[in-house]
Amino acid sequence: MEMVNIKINNIPLEVEKGTKILEAAKKIHIDIPHLCYHPDQKVKAHCRICCVEVAGNRRLLAACSTEVWEGMEIHTDTQIVRDTQVGILQLILANHEQNCLTCARNQNCDLQRLCSRFNILKSNLPDVCDHLPVQDTNPSIVRDPSKCIKCGRCVRACKDVQGVCALTYAGRSDSISVTTAYNKPLEETDCILCGQCSIVCPTGAIVEKDDTQKVLDVLQDPKKHVIVQVAPSVRVALGDDFKLGQGTIVTGQMVAALKMLGFDRVFDTNFGADMTIMEEGAELLDRIQHGGKLPMITSCSPGWVNYMEKHYGDFTAHLSSAKSPQQIFGAISKTYYPKQAGIDPKNIVTVSIMPCTAKKAEAARPEMGRDGMQDVDIVLTTRELTKLIKYVGLNFENLEPAEFDSPLGSGSGAAVIFGTTGGVMEAALRTVYEKVTGKELKSVDFKDVRGFQGIKEATVKLGSQEIKVAIAHTLVNAKKVMEAIKAGTCDYTFIEIMACPGGCIGGGGQPIDTTMDIKKLRMDSLYDIDKNNTIRKSHENPDIQTVYKDFLGEPLSEKAHELLHTHYHKVKKQHDFSYLKPEEIYSI
Amino acid sequence: MSKSVNFITRNFGKYDVSSIGSYMNIGGFDALKKAVTMTGEDIAATIAEAKIKGRGGAAYDMGRKWAQAKAVVAEKKVIICNADEGEPCTFKDRALIEKDPFNLIEGMIIAGYTVDAQDGYIYMREEYSHLRPLLLNAIRQAKTYGFLGTNILGKGFNFNIHLYSGAGAYVCGEGTALIRSLEGKAGRPRMKPPFIKQSGLFARPTCVNNVESLAIVAPLLLDDKKEYLSYGSGESIGTKLVSVGGNVNTPGVFEIPFGTTVREIVYDMAGGIKGDHTIRLIQFGGASGKIASSRILDTPYTYDDLKKAGVTVGSGAILVVDDRTSVLNFLRTTQAFFSHESCGQCTPCREGNRHIKLILEKLAANTHRNEDITALKKIVKLMAMSSLCGLGESAENALLSAMQQFPDVFEVK
Repeated sequence: MEMVNIKINNIPLEVEKGTKILEAAKKIHIDIPHLCYHPDQKVKAHCRICCVEVAGNRRLLAACSTEVWEGMEIHTDTQIVRDTQVGILQLILANHEQNCLTCARNQNCDLQRLCSRFNILKSNLPDVCDHLPVQDTNPSIVRDPSKCIKCGRCVRACKDVQGVCALTYAGRSDSISVTTAYNKPLEETDCILCGQCSIVCPTGAIVEKDDTQKVLDVLQDPKKHVIVQVAPSVRVALGDDFKLGQGTIVTGQMVAALKMLGFDRVFDTNFGADMTIMEEGAELLDRIQHGGKLPMITSCSPGWVNYMEKHYGDFTAHLSSAKSPQQIFGAISKTYYPKQAGIDPKNIVTVSIMPCTAKKAEAARPEMGRDGMQDVDIVLTTRELTKLIKYVGLNFENLEPAEFDSPLGSGSGAAVIFGTTGGVMEAALRTVYEKVTGKELKSVDFKDVRGFQGIKEATVKLGSQEIKVAIAHTLVNAKKVMEAIKAGTCDYTFIEIMACPGGCIGGGGQPIDTTMDIKKLRMDSLYDIDKNNTIRKSHENPDIQTVYKDFLGEPLSEKAHELLHTHYHKVKKQHDFSYLKPEEIYSI
Repeated sequence: MSKSVNFITRNFGKYDVSSIGSYMNIGGFDALKKAVTMTGEDIAATIAEAKIKGRGGAAYDMGRKWAQAKAVVAEKKVIICNADEGEPCTFKDRALIEKDPFNLIEGMIIAGYTVDAQDGYIYMREEYSHLRPLLLNAIRQAKTYGFLGTNILGKGFNFNIHLYSGAGAYVCGEGTALIRSLEGKAGRPRMKPPFIKQSGLFARPTCVNNVESLAIVAPLLLDDKKEYLSYGSGESIGTKLVSVGGNVNTPGVFEIPFGTTVREIVYDMAGGIKGDHTIRLIQFGGASGKIASSRILDTPYTYDDLKKAGVTVGSGAILVVDDRTSVLNFLRTTQAFFSHESCGQCTPCREGNRHIKLILEKLAANTHRNEDITALKKIVKLMAMSSLCGLGESAENALLSAMQQFPDVFEVK
């Protein structure tokens, strides 16, 4: 590995050739300010606030995009550098809706942090902000264009991670904007509400739809029996917001906090996940044995389902009809649970805590409920749970750990790994293997399906039969799989697809500042929870067995179909270019 | 008494621009025939010897550029002719295309041969659409005669030329924006690296040259008598096309030997100032160029002398503004141009242009205060120091030089 010698503020250091100035400075603990730079994204060099002085250069160089060279002398804190940093901040502020006190990202905003760091007490520049209206017409994502600093992080996430390109730059000069095609609301575009834009936005320009007040209100209503379910990936991400160390397992504190918030019962989405495996596994076997549509593709990720419905509407039959863990839990919480607990289902409010913005839209789908009730009433993201915990003033770090309530609070190790890419596949294989062979699976770890590789493949022996399975995360990778299916070249039997990078641990509702490094820690923690769980297969969860015995009968029974399965349908694309000739499409 | 010369413009009016035969009758493609007997390195060295600097505005050493392009190892390389000529008051490239299209084609083929490129792209500004048939005809005829296509002149060299129109954005004259536009993307500059010479059009090593730069190539290769080297001196050897406009009697394109004084250009060639007006200011090199007072008239037009006088050659434009226009109103017009043409990606240029425009409006209304001038100076410096591309870097050149040359304009009364 070739090394080069450089000096930063006269401090000599040796770094790998190809290192960018910004990364090199990090090695000696200098944080060069940046806004458009994101460690998981291609360098854009748009915001220019990272500009530094390099000896021999007439102009300042962007630290995010400039590679170091042998003998480079860098200065990060000369007068001209400081003037530039402050000047750029002032320019941004003059065109920024400065209602920080009532902003969703208050105290969690890169721009705010930089203004604080550079002690921007006032700006002499006039307010040139257009004060455009907030766009909050969908259940998941709110856009506030007046807070956009045009850094392009969301554009990159939408294009490079998801390949959706719902967000793009339009216009030029001071009327440039980050917007959708024809400036339509997100839900009328190709957007799949995954929220990856919201997690990379440095300001409050793209945020989750805030439903915390709804939860605070129902918790104050004595007539309501409010229960909450928490998705597997939340317990390894929530700690980030409370300085507990990234990826720390905070299940106990999280449950304690939810109880102190006043939820009548604190349950686990893992229960729903185990049940999803029962249904999805049975469905897979049914499809294999009875010539059903293959490959079957998981449908736990609502961002992915939205993508399928909008972009591959003719292929929705490939989706498993089993509902997602959130929705299965919701259905049970409004049927089996009230019967068991002797409560009128009309008085039950089911709240879920999800790593995901698209889950809000999933819960709002009209088919997800019965008798005028939705199965899940309110969905909060991990970020919103943080806000609730802060709202009631809990000292989260020091809470005495508490346990989930019974009976919907139990989950196997297989369920908890739903939170990472590859987890649903592994959970399904553990159960399907035993169902097919009737033998006990000795080694439950399917290492081939783990890790961050974009598309993973494995061949699994189910008794006498071998099946090929695949796991894809991010929609750029999902698209590759779908194109293979479309072309008829796909020989997989079962495919797991998650919309977000890394799966739910990288969900669009997770704490801001989620990077690939942090997702790795979260992934490791989920596998640790699984490893330490005494029950590691969904079908061995005793509470699941009880629900089937007392209520549902068998997987895929009529009752199970009614409550735990759904159907997906083609959604007409808003921008249909099929009327164009191929060469014209190419020119768009 | 006009001192203009005919070296680059030697063919102007000498042949029928729609006929390759007519061009060949006056020695057309002789330079290419000579070039293919030379190595690429030798051709680049010939260019370097004449100290030709890129004629688009950046004034990068052209011989060096070609030598670098030749040295890059790649399966496919690209030559681009930048005919976006978007700098206001610059119209020399138009004259070169209009009056000698085959010479440009020949220059491009030689460029392709020199650097081992297979494709050449002419990116011509949309406003020159009327010249498309002329160029397309020239390309077609060159192909028919075997100067384009495969195995050119039996040397196993393959080269084709493609003509593309811009969509009207000034910033597309910037190399990376031009390439994005050619690729069918929005014409906005990108950061460097990767540099165009390593990864340009369709990620291929790319050598971008201005029309005038390419137009010099053929006459230079045939210049056995070293006529070109006899003009000018020092770093400014040879001749240069200037386009003179504004309040002069006979605006136009003139080929001057380097060293001609500004006075000779403005008065002898462009016919002097209209009516009995006096010169308020002269802007050199287009809207992104600096301005000077009439004190510059006796400065020789060379890279070094102009630099000493506080301006640059830039695009070769010379805009003469008489006393009917105030310095401030001139600056406001220039500012309006940049406020319109900024691509909007980077903060300094997007927001800086917006605020400078507002401050200039205050100056015009005479409501400015000391802090406005302070802010103006800060923003101008910030844009020059930290913008993403050359547009933001140079947008305030006129303003910056006006602050030095005409300080009274910015006084707070």
